[in-house]
Order: sequence, then structure tokens, then C-alpha cells
Amino acid sequence: MSEALLVQEAGAAPAVAPASGARSFWRRLRAQRAASAAALVVLLLVLTALAAPLLTALAGQDPNTYHPDLVDSAAGGVPIGSFGGVSGEHWLGVEPQTGRDLFARIVYGARVSLGVALVATALQIALGLVIGLAAALGSRWLDQLLGRITDINVALPVMVIALALLAIVPAAFPRPVLIALVIGGIGWSGMSKIVRAQALTLKSLDFVAAARLSGRGTWSVARRELLPSLAAPVITYAALAFPTNIIVEAALSFLGVGIKPPTPSWGQMLTEADTWYQAAPTYLLIPAGLLFVTVLALTVLGEGVRTALDPRAASRLRVGTRTGGKEESA
Amino acid sequence: MTGFLLRRLGGAVLVLLALTVVLYAVFYVAPGDVAQIACGPRCSPAQVAQVTEQLRLDDPVYVQYAHFLQGIVAGRDFSTGTGAEHCAMPCLGVSYQSDQQVTQLILAKLPVTGSLVIGAFAGWLVLGVGTGVLSAWRRGRLTERVLTWLTLAGSATPVFVIGLLLIILFCSTLQWLPAPSYVPFTEDPEQWAWGLLLPWTSLALIESAKYARLTRSAMLETLAEDHVRTFRAYGVGERAVIGRHALRGAVAPVIALSALDFGTMFGGAVLTESLFGIPGIGRELVHAVKVVDLPVVVGMVLVTGFFVVLANAVADLLYALADRRVALS
Repeated sequence: MSEALLVQEAGAAPAVAPASGARSFWRRLRAQRAASAAALVVLLLVLTALAAPLLTALAGQDPNTYHPDLVDSAAGGVPIGSFGGVSGEHWLGVEPQTGRDLFARIVYGARVSLGVALVATALQIALGLVIGLAAALGSRWLDQLLGRITDINVALPVMVIALALLAIVPAAFPRPVLIALVIGGIGWSGMSKIVRAQALTLKSLDFVAAARLSGRGTWSVARRELLPSLAAPVITYAALAFPTNIIVEAALSFLGVGIKPPTPSWGQMLTEADTWYQAAPTYLLIPAGLLFVTVLALTVLGEGVRTALDPRAASRLRVGTRTGGKEESA
Repeated sequence: MTGFLLRRLGGAVLVLLALTVVLYAVFYVAPGDVAQIACGPRCSPAQVAQVTEQLRLDDPVYVQYAHFLQGIVAGRDFSTGTGAEHCAMPCLGVSYQSDQQVTQLILAKLPVTGSLVIGAFAGWLVLGVGTGVLSAWRRGRLTERVLTWLTLAGSATPVFVIGLLLIILFCSTLQWLPAPSYVPFTEDPEQWAWGLLLPWTSLALIESAKYARLTRSAMLETLAEDHVRTFRAYGVGERAVIGRHALRGAVAPVIALSALDFGTMFGGAVLTESLFGIPGIGRELVHAVKVVDLPVVVGMVLVTGFFVVLANAVADLLYALADRRVALS
């Protein structure tokens, strides 16, 4: 999802959450069938990623062992057997040319995809929160300065600047960490805009004014009074930014500048699969399908979270009484 | 209105100026051994020394930056082994790996990326707005549910996945289309269109999802407004309400998003170009990153920033024209 849309959708969540708490949030999330199904899929994927060593041990495989005997070197390295060499030992077949176990690489690839996106999203949120709150609560001068920095940040599309940064970072730097830092470090402007706008609104409300007047420090007020009220838009933004970050990592790896072999990543598998689709279609379809399912499930879950945090959003759209939020779509 | 315009343009220029400072600091100062990086891994010490001289890396940082900026706004001269080479404004430097001026390199790629973006843009606008209108019109019915899921699927698919599948389907399996390739429009317009058909389609399919969402929500918003209820009360038909009034509410946000996407993509539809082998700005950027051609990388980022800032300013202007209240605030 593009940042402009993200800002619009997450920004629409009310800054002051209805006084209902976590329990009613879960109830409202569970009430949505699509979101519940998506949550199940996401849970499964997360468990798979966490249990990667266990699962591969169960299969008796590991992601980096070459099995030259399982590919037909005379035919250019095509896996021997149907469906890319599926067998009792190799549940999803093997990689063309090298014969590495596809199941193991996919499972470890899930770790990379989800892990990188998670760290990147967390970093985006943290930076966006700090910068947005500082702009809203700090001096006018600071607000101006941060506003200009945000402008510069907006002028740099994530893909382009991430690519460029990858050119100058020494090769020794661990790639997954680097990708997460790059995506997270440049993608904070959407979050900071929302936080700033919501914090400015909150600042004018009585309970925040009272806390300020009682002589507490700015950061104490921010942490104790503003942060809880910002939870809804922040969680919504995070839930919708997460799948976007998965796509960005896959894209960078697909371009050959992201995760480097031998570390497996779904995007990187697709680059190589490109040349194999006729001889070994599963080698392409499995990572492509998983990428699609993961991003779709996370997006549907994100939408569900948004609806659960802002029940009016759903009814507004259905009944058609939605107002406001239009100016954000620029 | 004029005041708004001037303020907006002034702001855009300042952002661009700041952008040059940031990029210079990040790419020419922070890495340290810049001459070696800019020159490439295979450069001899003599070549590195020449690059050091050309970029004036022995001067203080602000002098280096001043020369960099001077090149952009006024042009500058580079000493080559045999003499001086003039690099006209806007000079983004010289690639030490292809000995080409970066500005020339980008200008040569611009029509290629332009061909891709303009065709895809037409596609996603028609498809996206059409889908949005249809789902706002058939709201609450099966059509809307189906379209909503299709739109979700579209936004969950990376462009390179849909592109790969389209290539496999139409070029290998069905063999209806030749492998995608780029033929300049001036050479053969028909080949140009056939070669770009799949890239256009992939990009349009993915991008249209965003536009469908935006159009739908903007239209539903308008449909809920009092004046629309009044029209209905007067007996205006659903078709006229949707086509004439609700659609109007979607025009401004769609224009604004279009301007932004347009700007971003002119800086290189990186993935689409790489997948389909279209020799545009995005593919050149990926190449430059892989071979660490620093002046080209920085030049491309700067050009992208320029397009995005320009597009942002245009979007604001269009918004202000559509709604005069924006200009006053």
C-alpha cells in the first residue's frame, strides 16, 4: 500500500480510543470472519518461522546442503522426479542446479521475510513516534525543522533510496539487519505525520492540559497521557505497514541487492526461479504463492485491526456516513 | 493564488537544496574512501588519484559541496587526463565506469521510462477509477464484495510476481506475445506498443488497486453528504447521482495521488523495468548500485527527488485549483 493511502487509513482511527480496552478489541476482531481467518494464517506463518530449525530437523534436511545427485546435470540441473523432485525426504522438492532442499529454504526464508519486516516496522513506528511527538510538543522552531526533514524524507521513494544506500554500505555488514535498518530508517514520515497531527489535537484537550498544568515534564505527559491515546492509530499504521515492508524486502532481494545467498529469502528465490519456470515451475510458484498469501493475510488482518479499533470505520463505509479525512489523501 | 504558488515553489526549491546537502553528506562524505568507491573496485591508484582531483576531495568538505552544487546550477569543468571536459548545467557529475556524464545518461533513459509510465498510467487510471466507481455504485452487493477482494489481492501482489506470471502465461505457455522488449517509439510505434504491453498491464493491474480504494471511499463519502440526499429527494436517478455528483468528489484525491505516483515512477519504475528488461532509469539505477557507480547513483536519487518534489508541488497546485480554500490556509 502506498504511504499516502496508509496515512489516510491509519490517520482515520480516532486518537482517543473508546474506553473499552483490549478485551473488546479482541472481540471485535474475532467478530470479523475474514480477519480471523487471516490471523490464523499469520499465526501459522509466524510459528513456522519461529520453529524453522525444528521443522527442518523433522524433515531431516537443512537449507544449505547441496544434493547434486538429485538434479539431472545432463539436462542443465533440472530436479529429478515430478513436481520439482518431491519425495518423502524433500517435501517440496529441491532447488534446480544445487539440489538444496526447497522446504528448508522456504521455511528459513519465512524467518528472513517476517523478521526483516518486523524489525523494519518497529523501527518505523519508533522513529515516527519520537519525531512526531517532538514536533507536536517541542518548540515551534523544532517543529519547523522536523517538518522540513520530513519533506526531504518524503522526496525520497523508499525503493530508490534503499537501493542507493545499499551501494555504499560495506559488504561485511550483515544483510538482513542492514535491509531492516534501511527500510525502517527511511520509512518513518507517514507515522510521524499521523502522530504529530493526533498529538496536536490531543494537546488541546482538557486532560492533557491538566497534566501539563500540574507541572509535569513534557516527556512525562507524552508518555503517560498521549501515548495511550495514540495506540489506535499507531497499531493500525503498524498493521498496515508490515505487509508493505515484506514486499519491499522481497523486491530488494529480487533485484539482487537485498538478502545475499546463501541466506534464503523468498524474493531472492524468485530471481533465480525466473529462468527455471519451464523445467521446474514449483520453484517459482511456491515462493510467489507464499509471498502473496503472506502479504494478503497480513493486509486483511491489518484491515481487521483497523475496523476493530475504529468500529465506526466499518459501519461508516457500509452505511455511507463517513466524513472527514479526505484532505489526508494528498 | 499567486502568493500560494510562489510560497509553494519556494518551499520546493528549499527542499531540493536541502536534499543536495543530505545526499552529498551521505554519499560523498560519510563513506570515507570516496575516491575508491566512486571510481569502482577495479581502479588503479593513478585513476583514484585523478578522481580525487576531479572531485576535489583534498579540499574542505564545504568547498567540495560548493563545486557539486555549482555543477548542478551552473555547470562545471572536469579535468580529464588529456584536458578539460565541460559538463553543462545541470551537471550531476561523470560516471567513472562508463566515462559518460550522468545528466546525459539520465536524459537518454528518460523517454524509455516515460513510455512505460505513461502507458501504465492510462491503464491504471481507467481500471482503478472504473473499479472504484463500479464498487461504489453496487455497494452492499456481490459485485462490490468481489471487487473489494480483487482490489485486496492486487495490493497484496508485488509487481514482479504478477509480471513473472504474465510472462509465463502469455509468452511461454500460450505464446501469444513475443518476449517483452523495448523498441523506441520513433523507430517502430507498433513494436513499441507490443513490447510494452505486458509491462503496462502488470504495472496498471497493481497500481489500479490503490486508485480503486481511493475512488470508492471518496465517492461513498460524497454520497453521504446532505446535498446528494437533496438531489435524491428531488428524484435524481442513481446513475446521475453516481456519475455526476459522487464521482466529482473523487476527482481531487485521484489527481493528487496520480501526480505523486507519476513523480515517483519517473524516478524509475525500478521493479517493472528490471523484470521486463526495459532499459530505463530504474534499471540503470540497479545496475549502478551493483557496480557501485557512485556519481550515477547520487545523480539518479537526486533526479528522483526532483520529480517527486515537483509532483508534490503540482499536486498541491491542482488541489488548490479544485478547492480554493486550500490556497488560503
